[in-house]
Amino acid sequence: MNAQDSHDLVLRVIAQIAPDVDVGSLDEDRDMRRELDLDSLDFQTLVERIAEETGVQIPETDYPQVRSLRGMAEYVAAAGTPSA
Amino acid sequence: MGEFRMPSLGADMTEGTLLEWLVRPGDVVHRGDVVAVVDTSKSAIDVEVFQDGRVERLLVEPGTTVPVGQPLALLSDEGAAGSTAPPAPVPVAASAPVPEPHEAHIAASPFARRRAVELGVDLSSVSGHGGVISVADVERAAAGREESATVAPVSSPAPVSSPAPEASSHARAMREAIAALMARSKKEIPHYYLTLDIDLHTSLGWLTSRNAGLPVDARVVPAALLLKAVAVAAAEFPEMNGHVVDGAYRPADRVNLGVAVALRGGGLMAPALVDADRLDLDALMTAMKDLVARARGGRLRSSEMSDGTLTVTNLGEQGAQSVHGVIYPPQVALVGFGRIAERPVALEGLLGVHPVTTATLAADHRVSDGHRGGLFLARIAELLDEPENLVGGRP
Repeated sequence: MNAQDSHDLVLRVIAQIAPDVDVGSLDEDRDMRRELDLDSLDFQTLVERIAEETGVQIPETDYPQVRSLRGMAEYVAAAGTPSA
Repeated sequence: MGEFRMPSLGADMTEGTLLEWLVRPGDVVHRGDVVAVVDTSKSAIDVEVFQDGRVERLLVEPGTTVPVGQPLALLSDEGAAGSTAPPAPVPVAASAPVPEPHEAHIAASPFARRRAVELGVDLSSVSGHGGVISVADVERAAAGREESATVAPVSSPAPVSSPAPEASSHARAMREAIAALMARSKKEIPHYYLTLDIDLHTSLGWLTSRNAGLPVDARVVPAALLLKAVAVAAAEFPEMNGHVVDGAYRPADRVNLGVAVALRGGGLMAPALVDADRLDLDALMTAMKDLVARARGGRLRSSEMSDGTLTVTNLGEQGAQSVHGVIYPPQVALVGFGRIAERPVALEGLLGVHPVTTATLAADHRVSDGHRGGLFLARIAELLDEPENLVGGRP
């Protein structure tokens, strides 16, 4: 999965969890819990849907890396690309 | 012959709008079956029937608003007697009474359901985006229908262009319902408040290592552990878990833990996790996810709306440090958890940094005193210090 695909995927999942948010106007570097008003269950759901769609299981210890939209998209792109 | 009446889905409800019948005359129903969808000021609720029987006649048309207690349908006893299968027993063992997902139902927001009734749109003919039908989808469907039927006189007077007034009137109705209930609580209930900081170092450390070996969808969030501790403690403190009815206190014989759920776009609901103390930790996590999703998606059941015995409000990861809550009448206590944050704590004469939450109790002085309330909070803290004991369901 390339960076653009993972970015689109994360946006699509966010639109399901927070349908009232205009995803086009997001600050991609901000903590999504703040930016989107996600509680811990919402964030858990986000990580679950990403796992369903990509097979990428993000361990809790890596959550600090995926708190922002950009961080999440980059993480998924890197994890979803088999290393040569 | 029995009557199925408009139920009271919370102390703040005086009337409801029948949105949809899920049964027809002649259908056999059993206690606990969902038979209708009712719109309150807060949400569309799946309403369960309280007796076995056969549906004789439906008395109220969808779209009609009626006061609480008005008969909606007539039920006869015959179908129930003829059926040899006994009604499902109330689950009491470790098996989790997780509400079934409503696969057969159409996923639509409460606003969308209400709007569909107003516009006469059949929700099954509407396609939603993201899996859930919104007001915009309904109005698009209504507009399309009217365009395709330009010759026929269109009787629906409803405007199709402006969804905003409808949404805002619903938000206003919800705010009024919350205001009425909370004002009543503050007027009638002599609240007292207690606070206790709870060190979560042990419990969160335990939870992190438990989650580390699990796939994402099997992980448990800290909020579930907090709820479980409150549920187990509530079973041991009958004066925190029950209702005041007609001036007299009635302790509950089970723990249905109300969970305060903030709705996106404003508003609040507190549906109940039924028999929360008897759920094992994984089942409680699953039930909580399901309950919150349905509270926000508008598919709660009537028993979840009316049967809470004690409520928990959890400010989550981003909120304030503590909450001194307002009790939900006719309940007699509310437990709050402030956000979990790293704080300095004293450890055997030295300073350490641990995750800490501030737990609060708002309780009813007509039923209990601060001494017992303090013991209740201390018991919650004690339970959280031995998280492995919170894994199983209370027998």
